[in-house]
Formats: sequence, C-alpha cells, structure tokens
Amino acid sequence: MSVFGHNIDTHFTEAKQCIGVVPQEFNFNQFEKVLDIVVTQGGYYGLPHRIALERAEKYLRLLDLWDMRGMISRTLSGGMKRRLMIARALVHEPKLLILDEPTAGVDIELRRSMWEFLEKVNATGTTIILTTHYLEEAESLCRNIAIIDAGNIIENTSMKALLRKLTREVFVLDVKEAIATDLQLSGFILRVMDEHCIEVDIDQNQTLNQLFEQLAEQGVTVTSMRNKANRLEEMFVSVLNAPEDSGSEEAVSANSSATQPKGAAV
Amino acid sequence: MNMLGQWIAFKTIVYREIRRFLRIWVQTLVPPAITIALYFVIFGSLIGSRIGEMGGFDYMQFVVPGLIMMAIIQNSYGNVVSSFFGTKFQRNIEEMLVSPVKDITILLGFIVGGMVRGLLVGGIVTILALFFTDLNVHNWWVTISMVILTALVFSLAGFINAIFAESFDDISIIPTFVLTPMIYLGGVFYSVDLLPDFWANVSLINPILYMVNGFRFGILGASDVGLLHAYIMLILFVAIGFSTSLYLLTRAEKLRS
Repeated sequence: MSVFGHNIDTHFTEAKQCIGVVPQEFNFNQFEKVLDIVVTQGGYYGLPHRIALERAEKYLRLLDLWDMRGMISRTLSGGMKRRLMIARALVHEPKLLILDEPTAGVDIELRRSMWEFLEKVNATGTTIILTTHYLEEAESLCRNIAIIDAGNIIENTSMKALLRKLTREVFVLDVKEAIATDLQLSGFILRVMDEHCIEVDIDQNQTLNQLFEQLAEQGVTVTSMRNKANRLEEMFVSVLNAPEDSGSEEAVSANSSATQPKGAAV
Repeated sequence: MNMLGQWIAFKTIVYREIRRFLRIWVQTLVPPAITIALYFVIFGSLIGSRIGEMGGFDYMQFVVPGLIMMAIIQNSYGNVVSSFFGTKFQRNIEEMLVSPVKDITILLGFIVGGMVRGLLVGGIVTILALFFTDLNVHNWWVTISMVILTALVFSLAGFINAIFAESFDDISIIPTFVLTPMIYLGGVFYSVDLLPDFWANVSLINPILYMVNGFRFGILGASDVGLLHAYIMLILFVAIGFSTSLYLLTRAEKLRS
C-alpha cells in the first residue's frame, strides 16, 4: 500500500508526513493548554517553533478556538475538543486528512459547521477520508465511497455509480383528502399508512410522472413527498443483505478527492 | 523527515516534558526538597551528631552526597515513569505515533526530560545541603559525570517500567518494592565496610552502590568501590537500559498498529 507514492512498508515516515489523523476518541493530553497541544504536534512533524505557532494560530482561528488557546484542554466542551483535534491534525498541512467519525454524537449546529469547514479544506486541495455511520453525511459530502462489512471492503466506487445500483426507492406521500384504505395503482406497490399518508415503491424503470398520472386520475391530491430513507442508507442495507445475512459490524468509509472540488464532494 | 526534523521533534518532546513537571511543580519539585531537607535535619544534624564518623568523615558530610544522589535517582525515574505512563494512559502517545518521529527520538526526548528533572531536583537539594554543611568538591569531572550517568540510567529504568505498566499500581509497585530498597541498601546512609563480608558482597550487585560511591568520591575523594569499576558498571547499565528501552518501544509500537 502506498500513500501519495510513499510505500508504507519502506517509506512509512514519508507516508506519515502526508497524513493528518482525527481519531474518534479524544486522545490529547487533558492537562495541556489548547495552543500548546497544536504547537507541540507541529514539532512532532519537524516544524520549527515559529512556523508551528503561525499554523496553530491559523487553524485555531479557522476553527473558532483561538479565544480558547490558553484554556486547559480538559475544560473545553465536547465540540471544542473535536475541533481541537482537527486543528491538531492540520498543523502540518497534510495532503490527506483522515477523520474517524468526526460527527458522532455531535449536535446539529456543530455538525453543519464541521461539514462546511471540511468542504473548505477539501477545496484547498486536501483529500479527505471520513468514516461515518451517518449515511446522509456520506451522501452529501463524498465523491467516492467504500462500504466495509466485518472488516472487508464490499463496495468501493463513486457515489453516483453506487446510487445508480439502487433498484428501488420508497417514497412517502402526504395527501390532502382522506383516501380509501384499499387504494390501488397499477404497476406500483403501495401501502396506505393512514388516511393522509401512503408509501409507494418505485423501481428503477418506473417514473414519478407515471405515479402522479395515476394519482391524479384517482383524484388524489399530494401535498408533499419525501424519500422514506436516505438513498444511500437503502443502498447500504441492500448491499449488506444481498449475498447473505451478514451484518455484524458495519461502517461506511467514504472519501473524496480534491481534484474536482465541485459537486457532491468534500 | 530529515535529521533537522528529528532534532526539532526531540526538542519539542524535551520542552513538553519540562513544561509538564514545571506545571505540576508542587508535586514534582517541592516534595523531594522537603523530604531530603528532613533527612538532613534528622540523620544529619540530630542523629548524625551522635553517630560520629562514617567512612572517615562527619556523618553529615558522608550522608549529603548519598541524599543528593537519592533525589536524582527518584526524580529521574519518577518523571519518566509517570510521564510516559500518563501519555499511554491518556493515549496522547498516538500524537507521536501518527507523526514521523522516530522511536529513538521519542525515547531520547523522554529520557532527557527525566534527566533534566533529576538534575534540577539534585540542584535544589544541593543548595539546601549548603545550609547544613560545607560542600567542597574534590573532583568536578567525576561529580558531574556521575550525576549525569545516574540520571540517565534511572530515566531509562523509569521508561522500561512505564512501557510494561498497564495500571497506576504498576507504576508505584516497582518504585516501592524495588527502587526504594535498592536506594536504602545502596550505601546512601552507611559505608558497606560496616556490613559483614557476605552482605558487603551482596551489595556489590546493587548498581546504586556504584553511583552513590562514585559521586561521593567526586565530592569527598573517598569511596567504598573503585572508580573505574563504578564507571564500567554505569556505562554497562546505560547500554543495557537504552537497548532494552528501544527494543520494547519498537515492539510495543508494532503491537499497537
């Protein structure tokens, strides 16, 4: 295996220089000050003190932690601790940033600001690999995706290619007037959840237009529509269940490359 | 990362180690100063005056080099064992393992950090000793080299303890049941000439005997053991300690990855 052309068996040190890691659990010294943690990490990567200090300021400011620089890391909030670990991973400006479930157990506001930050980092040319159990996160951020089941990579492709494999989507429709519980639509499998809500399965070769034509004929007025589950989540479940019922340990690893900063990618 | 990078990483680790023990100076610098000062008062002034001569010197003069050495040994060892174990325990050792710092750089950084604490406490204790007795250094070279080698040996010993340690018990058991008896029986408080032949010979396998006596020679010009013998033993311990530490660190890293 090699990282940016550095074989990890023969040139591990050079490979490590290219990588920044944000682990899932807090692993900094709980008694050190925020600024010291980031500057010290720069030192481990061989950055002279002055440069380490400049970089630490740059990333602590970007992550809204500069005002906290003198605080003991133990006293930070959970979200701040996570951002501290991101600043620490970026201090040597790696080409590849690896994040292990950066948004696990993080509140919505922080999650969004973290996504925004990661998109910015990616746009500057840093490749990001992130592992996550939140599939909407992978779908909205990543260009490429790999699915790992019990330690084996069972999918490794682009997000678009993977989603194309999804043969069936389930839509939830809210309807205006009460509908009959025995409502039937030819060619579609549907379930009436209650008198104002139905679920419809749509295959790859069916279109929403066909569905709405039939609904209009039956005089059903649809007020809103949504996917029952995230598309990637459906894909994930179908991939894991496809060969056999193996699903002991599941994780999604998704990565995005910086070469095309546009699109559904970080 | 080139040599300059490793040098910067080494300095970073040493600064971090120094910052650590200065931050918690109430735990790291004050207790040894107080303990050793009490030894000066009790063994040196109060009891010492009734003991009379030991090894041809006043008991106070005799015991001071031993106590300075004791402070250096305990603090070099204590610094590395608690700092490295703490790094393992809080898992911030991962900060170094993900970076391109070489194992030998990590080892040297911790060892030098421990030596600085040992020497600093040794310095503080020496200043305190001046309140109780006069210190005329017989041979500066011997004194300084003995102090440095001793701090090095016990920093390495602390490192090995910390690598094996899996709990806080493990970092207090060895100092209590191994290190303390070795120090107390290593000629800090008495000359081995006082012991029956059998126990005097047993004492010769205790490395601390060589350190204390080598240092005592540096200060007083008298020693229970030959100086050359002391240096050979110390250099041997450094070589064994260093290669063992490096081997364990490399192996431990492989286990983790």
